[in-house]
Amino acid sequence: MSTPAPAVPAPGTDTEGVQAAATAVARTTRLPGWFVILWRNRKCRIGLLMLAAFVLLAVFAPLLAPYDPHEDAFPTSLGPTGSHWLGTTAQGEDVLSQLVVGARTSMLVGLAAGVLSTLIGLVIGLTAGFVGGWVDEVLSFLINLGLVVPALPLMVTLAAYAPVRGIWLIIVVISVTGWAYGARIKRSQVITLRTRDYVTAARFAGDGTARIIAREIVPNMTSLIVLGFMGAALAAIGGEAGLAFLGLGDPLTVSWGAMLNQASLGGAMLTGQWAWLIAPGLALSLLITSFTLINFGIDALSNPHLRED
Amino acid sequence: MAYFLRRFVFFLGTLWAAVTLNFLIPRLQPGDPAEAIVSRLAGQSESVDPAQVQAIRVMLGTPDGNLFDQYVQYLGAVLHGDFGISYTYFPYSVTHMIGQALPWTVILVGVTQIISFVVGTLLGTWAAYRRNSRVDSVITLGSTFLGTLPFFWLALLLVYVFAITLHWFPERGGYGGGSSPGWSWLFISDAFQHSVLPAVALLITGPIGWIIGMRNNMVQSLGEDHTRLAVARGLPRRRIALTYGARIAILPNVTGFAIALGGILGGTVLVETVFNYPGMGRLLLESVSSRDYPLMQAIFLFTTIGVLVANFLADLLYGFLDPRVRKVESA
Repeated sequence: MSTPAPAVPAPGTDTEGVQAAATAVARTTRLPGWFVILWRNRKCRIGLLMLAAFVLLAVFAPLLAPYDPHEDAFPTSLGPTGSHWLGTTAQGEDVLSQLVVGARTSMLVGLAAGVLSTLIGLVIGLTAGFVGGWVDEVLSFLINLGLVVPALPLMVTLAAYAPVRGIWLIIVVISVTGWAYGARIKRSQVITLRTRDYVTAARFAGDGTARIIAREIVPNMTSLIVLGFMGAALAAIGGEAGLAFLGLGDPLTVSWGAMLNQASLGGAMLTGQWAWLIAPGLALSLLITSFTLINFGIDALSNPHLRED
Repeated sequence: MAYFLRRFVFFLGTLWAAVTLNFLIPRLQPGDPAEAIVSRLAGQSESVDPAQVQAIRVMLGTPDGNLFDQYVQYLGAVLHGDFGISYTYFPYSVTHMIGQALPWTVILVGVTQIISFVVGTLLGTWAAYRRNSRVDSVITLGSTFLGTLPFFWLALLLVYVFAITLHWFPERGGYGGGSSPGWSWLFISDAFQHSVLPAVALLITGPIGWIIGMRNNMVQSLGEDHTRLAVARGLPRRRIALTYGARIAILPNVTGFAIALGGILGGTVLVETVFNYPGMGRLLLESVSSRDYPLMQAIFLFTTIGVLVANFLADLLYGFLDPRVRKVESA
C-alpha cells in the first residue's frame, strides 16, 4: 500500500477540538457554542459589532441616505456643508448618500463572490484531495495555475470583453479569478482527514463516497471553510473596489471604488474636497478592519491556546 | 535531480496553459471574436480603419479556419514574438510598446519589492526574537492595521498631500517635459523624483506580508527541538535566534515572494494609474479603454509569463536552499 503524499497542514486548523469545546460551552447558554467563543474574544467582538453596523447600513441604505445617490441637481463640487455633510461631487450628487448606498455594493459583492469562490474552491479542493491519483494531479495543476496567474490583470482582461458590465458579471469575474487559494488549503486538509479512523470505519460500514464527504469530511472542516469564506469575501470586496476605481466596474452601480474613481477624475484634489476623497477609502478600510478582527476570533475557535475566557 | 525536472515540467505546463488561456479569453464571447470586436469598434466611432481590422485578424488568426488551425497559427505567432500592430499607437508594433513600458514597471516593482522583502524579513525576525514584548505588538498590530488600508487610496492621499498641497514631488508621469529618456543625469534625476511617491505607495503596504509570515514561521521554528537543544547547550540567545530560528523561517518566504508577485503586479496597475506612471499597468488600462485588444492581450500574456518565470526561479532557488525538498520529491 502506498502512503499518501505528505501534506502540509494549514496553520491553525485543528478542527476536531472545536466541536467538543463548542458543545461544552453551549451547555451553559442558549447561544450556539461557536458564537460564544467568538464573542468572548475582545478583538472579535469589536469586529462583529463593526460588521453588524455595516450590514445594517447596507440593509437600510435607502432609508438612511439623505438623498437619491444619482440625484445630480445640487451645486457641484461643494465642500462639507450643513445640507451635504460630505459635500457634493463634480456632477452635483450628494457624497454622503453615495457613501451609504455604496455599502450595499461592497456587502453584496463580498457575500456573493465570497460564497461563489468558496464553493468553487470547496468542490475542487474536496475532489482533488479525496479522489487522489491523476484527478488530483490535474486539479492540483489547475489550482497552482490559478495561484500564479495575476488576478487583477486577468479580471481587467475579462471585464474588457464583456459587452455589458453588470454587477453580477463583476461578481462572476472576481469569483473565477479568486478561488485557488482556498482550494489549495482545503485540498491539504482533506488529505489529512481522509485517512482518519472514523473515515475508514464509515467506509467499512458501507457508506458511499458522497455520504462520507458530506457526513465525515465537511463537518470537520467547518472553521476552515468559514475562514476561507472570510478571506474570499475580503479579496472580493478589494477586487471590486480596485476594478471600479480603474473605471471597469458596473457604471450604473454606486460603489466606494467608483466614488474614488470619480473623486480622482472630478478634481477633488484640486478643489480641496478632502471629505469626498477620504470617506470612501476610510469606509473600505473600516470594513476590512472588521473582517481582520473577526478572523482573530476564528483563529481562536480552531486554536484553543488563543481563547480568552 | 528529479525535483528540478519536476519543477521544469510544471513550468512548461503553466507556460502552455497561460498561452492557451490568452488564446481562449477573446473566444469566450459568442460568435466570431474578430467580427464582434470590429462591430463594437464601429459602434464606438463612425468608421473602422482597415488597419484596425487587419490588426485584429493578426491577433485572432484567420476566422475561416477551424479553431485548431487558428490555435496553431496563434502559437506560431507567439513563438516568433509577433503580437501584431497596436492600433492606438499605429504604426508601432505591440512588442515595441511593451518594450517601452516594461523597464518602468520592472525597476519600480523590482526595487520596491526587494526593499519590502528585506525590511519585512528584518522586522518579522525582530518581532519573533522579542515575541510577546511591546516591540512585537507594535510591529504586528501596526502592520495588521496598515494592511487594512486600500493602497490605491493611500496612493491618492499621497498625491493629494505631497504633490498637490505641498508641491514636494511631481504629481504624475514618469519624467518631466524638459527631459527625454536616455542615460543623461537630467533624465535619471527627473525619473527618480517622479518615482518617489509611487514607490512610497508600494512600500507602505509592501513589507506587511513578509513581517507576518517571518514572525509566525520563526516563532514556530524557535519552538522546535533543535532550538531547545541549542538553548540547553547554552548558546547565546542572539545566535540561536539567527542561525536556528531565522535561517529556517526564511525558507517559506522565498517561495512566498514569487507567489506574491502576481498580487503585487495587480497593485502596480492601480498605483501606476493613480500616478499616470508610464509602465505596463497604465498601458494595460489605456489599451482597455481604447479597445486596443492586441495590445491588451499581449500585456496580459507578458505579465503572466513574468510571474511564471519568477515562480520557476524561486522553485529552483528553494531546491538549492532546502535539501529536504529534493529528497521528498525524489523518494
